[in-house]
Amino acid sequence: MTWFNALSTRLRALVIGAAVVAVVGAVMFWWLVLGPGPTDFAGGETVALADYHGVDPTGVPPELAHANLVQRGEYLARAADCRACHTARGGTAYAGGLGFVLPFGTLYSANITPDKDTGIGAWTDASFLNAVHRGLDDKGHWLYPAMPYASYTRMTDADALAIKAYLFSLKPVHAHIPPNSLVFPFNQRWLMSVWALFFNPDRRFEPNTARSAQWNRGAYLAEAMAHCGECHTPRNLAFALDNRAKFSGETQAGWRAYNITSDKVSGIGTWSAAQIAHYLALGHADGRGSAGGPMGEAVDNSFKYLSAGDIDALAAYLQSVPAVRSHLPAPKDVPAPASHREGVVADNPRGKALFAGACASCHDWTGVSPVMRYATLTGARAVNDPAATNVAQIVIRGLKMETPGGKVFMPAFGSTFSDEEVAAVANYVTARFGAEPSHLTPRKVAELRQQSAQ
Amino acid sequence: MIALRINGEVHQVDAPGDMPLLWVLRDIVGLTGTKFGCGIAQCGACTVQIDGKAVRSCVLPVSMIGNKSVTTIEGIGATPAGAKAQKAWLDLEVVQCGYCQSGQIMSAAALLATTPHPDDDDIDAAMAGNICRCGTYVRIRAAIKRAAQG
Amino acid sequence: MSAVLEPSRRTFLKSAAAGSFVLAFHMPLAQAATPNAPQGAPTAPAGFVPNAFIRIDPTGETTLVMPQTEMGQGVYTSIAMILAEELDADWSKVTLEAAPPNEKLYANPVLTVQATGNSNSIRAFWTPLRKAAAGARALLVAAAAKQWAVDPASCTTANGAVLHKPTNRSLAYGALAGAANGTPPADPPLKDPKDFRLIGKPLKRLDTPAKVNGAEIYGIDVLLPGMKFATLAASPTFGGKIGHVDDRAAKAIPGVRQVVVLDDLVAVVGDHMWAAKQGLDALDITWNPGANAHVDTAQIWRDIKVASDQPGLVAKTAGDADKALAAGDRVEARFELPFLAHATMEPMNCTVHLTPGACELWLGTQIAARVQSTAAATANVPVDKVIVHNQLIGGGFGRRLEPDMVVKAVRIAQHVDGPLKVVWTREEDIQHDLYRPVYYDRLAATLKDGRIDGWHHRITGSSIVARWLPPAFAAYKGVDFDAIDSAADIPYDIPNRRIEFVRAEPAAVPTGFWRGVGPNNNVFAIESFVDELARKAGKDPVAFRRAMLTGTPRLIAALDLAAEKGGWGRALPPRQGLGVSCQIAFASFIATIAHVEVDAEGQVRLHRLTTAVDTGIAVNPDTVVAQLQGGMIFGATAALYGEITIAKGRVEQSNFHDYRLLRINEAPAIDVHLIKSGEPPGGIGETGVTTAPPAIRNAILAATGIALRRLPIDREVLAGRKPA
Ligand code: FES
Ligand code: FES
Repeated sequence: MTWFNALSTRLRALVIGAAVVAVVGAVMFWWLVLGPGPTDFAGGETVALADYHGVDPTGVPPELAHANLVQRGEYLARAADCRACHTARGGTAYAGGLGFVLPFGTLYSANITPDKDTGIGAWTDASFLNAVHRGLDDKGHWLYPAMPYASYTRMTDADALAIKAYLFSLKPVHAHIPPNSLVFPFNQRWLMSVWALFFNPDRRFEPNTARSAQWNRGAYLAEAMAHCGECHTPRNLAFALDNRAKFSGETQAGWRAYNITSDKVSGIGTWSAAQIAHYLALGHADGRGSAGGPMGEAVDNSFKYLSAGDIDALAAYLQSVPAVRSHLPAPKDVPAPASHREGVVADNPRGKALFAGACASCHDWTGVSPVMRYATLTGARAVNDPAATNVAQIVIRGLKMETPGGKVFMPAFGSTFSDEEVAAVANYVTARFGAEPSHLTPRKVAELRQQSAQ
Repeated sequence: MIALRINGEVHQVDAPGDMPLLWVLRDIVGLTGTKFGCGIAQCGACTVQIDGKAVRSCVLPVSMIGNKSVTTIEGIGATPAGAKAQKAWLDLEVVQCGYCQSGQIMSAAALLATTPHPDDDDIDAAMAGNICRCGTYVRIRAAIKRAAQG
Repeated sequence: MSAVLEPSRRTFLKSAAAGSFVLAFHMPLAQAATPNAPQGAPTAPAGFVPNAFIRIDPTGETTLVMPQTEMGQGVYTSIAMILAEELDADWSKVTLEAAPPNEKLYANPVLTVQATGNSNSIRAFWTPLRKAAAGARALLVAAAAKQWAVDPASCTTANGAVLHKPTNRSLAYGALAGAANGTPPADPPLKDPKDFRLIGKPLKRLDTPAKVNGAEIYGIDVLLPGMKFATLAASPTFGGKIGHVDDRAAKAIPGVRQVVVLDDLVAVVGDHMWAAKQGLDALDITWNPGANAHVDTAQIWRDIKVASDQPGLVAKTAGDADKALAAGDRVEARFELPFLAHATMEPMNCTVHLTPGACELWLGTQIAARVQSTAAATANVPVDKVIVHNQLIGGGFGRRLEPDMVVKAVRIAQHVDGPLKVVWTREEDIQHDLYRPVYYDRLAATLKDGRIDGWHHRITGSSIVARWLPPAFAAYKGVDFDAIDSAADIPYDIPNRRIEFVRAEPAAVPTGFWRGVGPNNNVFAIESFVDELARKAGKDPVAFRRAMLTGTPRLIAALDLAAEKGGWGRALPPRQGLGVSCQIAFASFIATIAHVEVDAEGQVRLHRLTTAVDTGIAVNPDTVVAQLQGGMIFGATAALYGEITIAKGRVEQSNFHDYRLLRINEAPAIDVHLIKSGEPPGGIGETGVTTAPPAIRNAILAATGIALRRLPIDREVLAGRKPA
């Protein structure tokens, strides 16, 4: 190190500094990149699908064994919930145009109907697989990871192409998609190649030989299809899923995707498999509340169409996910008193007045609905979230679900309730029915409106 | 066929389980005193009592009722609280167009049955879900207090 | 003072109505029957039928025919009181009956059509009905006198009987029903108000008992044997048409019988409303939005502001407004009022039974005769083959001054066998209303010696009268008498003033009368502006107004009483304020004091509304109080929340969650103080609606210093997050 000794002490210090920075940077970078995969928690040995001798965890359930390609594709498209993102509010299914409002601009989902010039009508099987597995469109442009190809990449070619067959069976819709409005540098699509390089494994699903057939089916559905992690797993600095905290909850587009690990306090560790299954299939589980917002849509567009076997497989898989404790209290599971006078209520007259006028008819002062099981608040995670994020969102946007048990709806009060009123009623609801009162502010409500605007 | 106990009488109705009680009452049983106002539990015009509790019949699937007893405006006069409320309503001439008043009286009767001497907070809590487009609120409040006295 | 035009309903009625009107009061019902209006004209009914409003049968049962519709305003009771008063009928033997459709017999003398509105049922019928009843009474007296062979002058009447005190004899009206006949005297003596036995007493309303036990049958409650139920979806875009309807899913729903597809609407017919509703939800409808797909509220506001740049037709002028406005410093303000839906508690509905060549209707309407002729034209049957059963109304507010629901229901029924009840969902009701139009008011004024010296008020908005009552629109040469009402005849003594009207119809959006009509806009704009002028003059708002009310002692009395009872001038905690408003509207003199509180987030709390009213003789004082209480809630609702907005050619609101109505826990305390008066009755049903909003707005100005220029109240503005 003669050259080093030759340097002046000041320069030496600089070099050492630079070296330290480089090392720390590299370590951080690899910490990000070398995070565990979504199913690594399971341990055991995984093998390529081709070398797996158990029941094939991919494809459609036995019920559809004899269904034709398009029917199988329809089932799988629902399992992958393509519709949720590729349909604009009030727009035609799969015609795209749904806006994703991000801090650095707005992204719009693509038209995936078989229209030749505005949709994917001209796409080959290869280009479709490229998009689903690698995040490249048919022109070779990189897609933003809002398209969950880092999850879909686990989908088998056969399943992806079945979905393509289904999409191509739809009526072509000629619908131009508004251009993305992203600021520099995010408007540089090529940067996504770097992202994909590090964060998209580009590997198909590999069954775990140490786990049951049901578990593997559940894992395939959850990771390659339903892409639960895209909402429920926190993201790291590079906007990639941080599976060290897998399924422990994240906020997306102004809605909270809750902790669905087996943690007994902040997760769903105390839910029975049957409750999880009900929640997925019906959007409601007695004592656990109802799905709303994006999860409600996932039930409405996806889970409610899955076979009972597949739902059970998902439930079994979820229960195997290791507990991660997040900052959420254990839900309060006893109803509030029948009298408006009793019970824990913050000093919040406006919240109470609004609740009395617009909410008590369905939710009751007890939180146990006299009219719809879906409207029961007792035990629901949303009212047991001291941030009250989803309570505020539901008040603003309402809810519409087609459940097997009939239509479920809640009116959207966002256009007539001021930010202060939304905050007041949300704070009243968490205080009365939840484990901890929230302290939502009008400013925060304004932000939430912003984030969930689509 | 679903069996419903309405105002003490059992009715066999041929209705789908998800049909709201409101329409069963109005269009099948022929009890039209219970009104349709919004269909989304925001106005209270459709209020009936299920085992004495005020419930919005426009969002109550008939299958949820089971063997609970249904009381409507046509039958509420047979309950002490209902009779008191109706009398107070007439004494103070609360009614204008009257379309909301079936629901108002059903809510008020349920309140009086559980809270014989309601104060303003009790009235707000029990009655805020019942809209009156004619604006009879001042008299509704007064009538509930009157009913509580006599 | 030179009046270019002096439009007033009073003058208008003289010209138009009188002719046909005489008839109703002097021709017995049977004779009045004409081929085009046979309904309700029983051929020679038993008993005494002196005119189209009174029938007394031999048992003494007295039937009073109601020419105006009961929609909650208590008019059935008030009209019955007027008739019974002059007839000296036995109040306990009185039964009421809705008048059949018949413009000749039952036209409102003021409106000139058989319509209930504009707060003038009592104003219009006060004298005619008194005369009709007094004439009938005279015939009964004559009949009794003849039997007793005494001088009619020696007979008196009371409680449904003629008395002859000298001989202590009496004959009940029933007993005279056969004998009494002939033409009643044209000008029978009327009672001296001091002898009134019913009028002025707070009698119990006759329509309320059936409304507290569910017995009343509103239009929406009608049930007929074999009836089917329908609900509909009209094009969500104004003027849009049906493109394509896929009804497979709907037809699969149990209870769904039929799907009726017309060019601009779809209806689902079922065994009950639920089936119809479910069926409608299950329809896959493609609409052709048509030419209005681009219309939105912002554009409509741009248009109306541009229109208001042009001088309007002069409705009234006095002194030299231009000169006065040029001198001294000029204060200007512009006010905006939004579209409003009626949101009657009883959604639109109409039951139709079409049979070959005939049509029978059940609904609650404010315009029975127009409904009859409209149905006839739509169903293509003779008018005399249309029977209208007018039910009590679950809220009118002007919405039921339109026959649109009849047209739609009949068109649907033409494709359905048997009786059909068509019921609007609340969403359909709110999105297919005829809306209270947007109004834009430009005001300018100058002050001199602490008084208003120059005044210019230009009202820009839709003319509903032009569509609804064309002769009246023509009579005033293009000035809408309703749109300028309470503005042309502003109560303040202002030497130099000009009031103009600019007609500007909003693109695509249908407009209609809405409780409070023209004065809603004018009283709000004027009273808001006057409050700002008072501040500019450095005067107390009440004193400032009072000084300019020369010549209107009745309004001064109301103002003084309201100020006293409302605690005007008392000190209040921060962020609280008192506001005043004055009006002469619908021939009633009203002043209101509002006490409000505004929090840092701009939330307005209404503490109390105190109002004083001189409405002349209050036929039923309790009804007058009730109408003011309810009207002020109705007005406060509009002030706080009321707004219909348009986007992509469709109404954005749909139900009570986004078209917000005041609830009981937001309602202020309300004190109404009646001023005794011997003047003829004024109108009352709409006065509360017009008096509350400006008082509230001015109280907010007092509490916050923020001068709101548009309704509804914008909480963002009051929170300081948005400019006024
Ligand atoms: S109709 Fe049920 S609450 Fe309005
Ligand atoms: S009395 Fe008319 S809505 Fe209440």
